[in-house]
Amino acid sequence: MSDEPGDQSPENVGARFDRLPATADERVVEGRPTRAEVLDWWDERFGVAPETFAAHTFWERGSGKIWAFADDVASPADIEGLGMAVLRTRREHWKPTLEAVQRFGDAAERNVVTLSREEARDFVAGEDQELDWDGDWGYLVVEHELAGEPEPLGVALYVHGELRSQVPKGRRRDL
Amino acid sequence: MDVLERYEPLIEDFDAFLAACDRPLPSVVRVNTIKTTVERARAALVETDLTVEPREWHDGLFALPGGNPGTNWPYVHGWLHGQEEVSALPARVLDPDPGERVWDACAAPGSKTTQLAALMDDTGRLVATDNNLGRISALRSNAERLGVTNVAVTHEDARNHSLKPFRAPETEPGSAGAPYDRALVDVPCSCEGTVRKNPDTLDEWTLDHVEGISGVQKGVLRRAVQATREGGTVVYSTCTFAPEENEAVLDYALDEEQCELVAFDIPLDSVPGVTEWQDETYDDSVRKAKRIYPHHNDTGGFFCAKLEVTG
Repeated sequence: MSDEPGDQSPENVGARFDRLPATADERVVEGRPTRAEVLDWWDERFGVAPETFAAHTFWERGSGKIWAFADDVASPADIEGLGMAVLRTRREHWKPTLEAVQRFGDAAERNVVTLSREEARDFVAGEDQELDWDGDWGYLVVEHELAGEPEPLGVALYVHGELRSQVPKGRRRDL
Repeated sequence: MDVLERYEPLIEDFDAFLAACDRPLPSVVRVNTIKTTVERARAALVETDLTVEPREWHDGLFALPGGNPGTNWPYVHGWLHGQEEVSALPARVLDPDPGERVWDACAAPGSKTTQLAALMDDTGRLVATDNNLGRISALRSNAERLGVTNVAVTHEDARNHSLKPFRAPETEPGSAGAPYDRALVDVPCSCEGTVRKNPDTLDEWTLDHVEGISGVQKGVLRRAVQATREGGTVVYSTCTFAPEENEAVLDYALDEEQCELVAFDIPLDSVPGVTEWQDETYDDSVRKAKRIYPHHNDTGGFFCAKLEVTG
């Protein structure tokens, strides 16, 4: 889907937005995730259906940081922001952002942990907590009940019986 | 209050105006309909034991007397954004539709940007420009917290805004993107109207600053008219009472660009724009603009005009 192959450098350029290739066949920059891989990941990890992102284009800016944009423009786009950062793919285990989980996480069907109000308070304050969880280890969607319905709150890392809050410092609150 | 005395010739009930300028404003939040509904946000606030006072003129605008708008559950979920009540007006006047192309020319820190995104149902394209990287960082943080995905952020002087980053896929590199359907020109100003929130704002007031910033305002409004398609809408707004920054800027744009002022209704009390100020006279159509004084609706002060692009 890269419309100007001649314009595309073979390596990722960190300061601009490059649209993700649709599939591996169209990949020019080595190691860049494809749109298909991103959709598969949300589906496999959380059961978020690919249609959830049907209206969004995906872009890389910064090493492995993936953004979702509700429109489309020519790639590359040398600007300061394009939609919302939704995913970090640089490490072995991909990690969704808090903002993506709050926005799209209500479509998640697995690897979702529901916290009590008290536990949610610790989570938002950035504190780790012990938790009985017999599901997968790794990144989980954290939700709690608000105004009568479960509502996604953020991302936690579950390892060794511990739920580790991944709420970024700037988003933490003492409630 | 010496600065405000210069407006006595413009304001009918000047004592009520001065008294209102002296009163502090309550914290007000706007419900972010990208992530929730007004009903659920209200239920969540009540569940959190906060007193909620709806502002009747704008659905989803709540005063929180005594509450800190940034430390409660609905805020953490990005359901709320703290915003001065009257500043919710210009996005409503611009009234963008889902799927449109919209430019927010002086966007940071993003209160109006995120409101525009919500009015667009987070679809189409909302280009948000600012010339200050620190403020852009705040804009991006607010947009992400509120779940906005239709915003594209540019760092540039709005007077020289380029459409080139927004050319369509498969078009020639260097060509320009399509013009906007609507543009919001909520310019930096002397901020006299925010005196109820920032009482120090008048201490820094100088006529030099007013005249200097008026030049910037004219440049941004011109660029917005140029970048908007024929038949498209541009809204110009400030939070100042100074005619140099309001009617004079409109008068200039009417002379220099193909546009005209259009009449519009708002659900707040206001008075028309002024056609005479000191030794200046302005085009009669600037009366279609609205001046909102603090004593009208017990809000901050505001100025808002709606223009149609005619060429």
